[in-house]
Amino acid sequence: MNAKAAPDSALENESTIQFREVTYSIDSILPESRPRPIVNAISMQVSRGETLVLLGRSGSGKTTLLRLINKLLVPTAGQVVVQGRATSEWDPIRLRRSIGYVIQDAGLFPHFTVAQNIALVPTLENWDSGRTAARIEEMLKLVGLDPREFATRRPHELSGGQRQRVGVARALAADPPILLMDEPFGALDPVTRAELQREFNALARRLGKTIVFVTHDVREALLLGTRIVLLQGGQIVATAAPEQFLHIDQPEVRAFAASLVPVPGATP
Amino acid sequence: MSPWIFFVEHRAEILEATLAHLSLVLIAMLIAVAIAVPLGMLVVHRTTLRNFVLGLASVFQTIPSLALFGFLIPIPFIGGIGRRTAIFALVLYALLPILRNTYVGLTGIDPAVLQAAEAMGMTNSQILWRVRFPLALAFILAGIRTATIITIGVATIAAAIGAGGLGTFIFRGVAMVSDAVILAGAIPAALLAILADILLGWLERRLAVV
Repeated sequence: MNAKAAPDSALENESTIQFREVTYSIDSILPESRPRPIVNAISMQVSRGETLVLLGRSGSGKTTLLRLINKLLVPTAGQVVVQGRATSEWDPIRLRRSIGYVIQDAGLFPHFTVAQNIALVPTLENWDSGRTAARIEEMLKLVGLDPREFATRRPHELSGGQRQRVGVARALAADPPILLMDEPFGALDPVTRAELQREFNALARRLGKTIVFVTHDVREALLLGTRIVLLQGGQIVATAAPEQFLHIDQPEVRAFAASLVPVPGATP
Repeated sequence: MSPWIFFVEHRAEILEATLAHLSLVLIAMLIAVAIAVPLGMLVVHRTTLRNFVLGLASVFQTIPSLALFGFLIPIPFIGGIGRRTAIFALVLYALLPILRNTYVGLTGIDPAVLQAAEAMGMTNSQILWRVRFPLALAFILAGIRTATIITIGVATIAAAIGAGGLGTFIFRGVAMVSDAVILAGAIPAALLAILADILLGWLERRLAVV
């Protein structure tokens, strides 16, 4: 691995992503009513190298927060600062190419081979072919796929788990310092999901990327996060390390903890 | 007179009419594709323009072909008697299927794919040319196939305004009350349509993703 440190050394040990009083609202369909905030006055930071999990129910605003980081959305109020610069000042194309993005259905290009999918950002960045080819092989090995077998396949020839592995390889191909993951394992069967979670954990520790991970699954949050931020109705209701998270005395935390109650008959 | 004997006796004339017919269709289709595909790409992100363009193309589609040829005769430059007027009318008919399929193909792409493309830092034009267009290609071809078959049929009516082609036999046969003469125009026209369908269908499958 030749994962380099993030380019701006002046920011070492500082937070990579900061939310400063960020509100994002959409205009209401009803003309009389006020715009409805999806996220409301959020302030938080993500430190270099941590895996921050945004946990919450559907509609809690977690995906919106993620999309504010790579300027797929622009805050209605407040600032999102990435690598020392507000997203409003970033060129969206430059910003997004320095941030890996993995989504639930992988979103692989069906007309590209696995290799071409992984080479997406390197190709956009005009890497020479030798460097790109080497990187494709390296990435495939990283996510546990044999390059000889998989490089020339098309996405429809892959299982769900394999597609998601390629999705991760594509996101990491240009070696971005930040990785955003939006319920990446949500559509997988439980066995494959557990497998990918384990490998992801090992990978995250090894690569030292700053990762923001969105999930509604508290088990996944406890397993993968170095810190958990719980969202409810567009606001942060709890922040804690996984070890402390379940001990927080807060109604929404208790609701999520209750979803962990073991199935009767299961061995503890 | 038996159709078969008429066919054999007039084979040179029929072949000539078939080639004239084919050239009408090919020229009209080339122009229609050159207009409709770029136009379809242009309206992807422009709702108002899209509704206007698709609406207009639909209106052309509803005008009966004989009436349209009639309307065009008195119009200067594009109208009159002959091939030019016929090609203009054929282009109008071919626009809608190509335009609509181009638009549907470009917009009917898996949202996850487009979201990934945007999030990975592709520009709008890169998304159009490297993602939307290749994925829409089979759809666009399906539109071209429909339009070609319509055009082969409508082009027989073009004989009414002196554009030549296989319609010449059909109109002559109707006037002479001769099945043999009608069939000398109708059968080659049907064969052309079937052939175009097979050929373009094969191309469509070759270019389809997955």
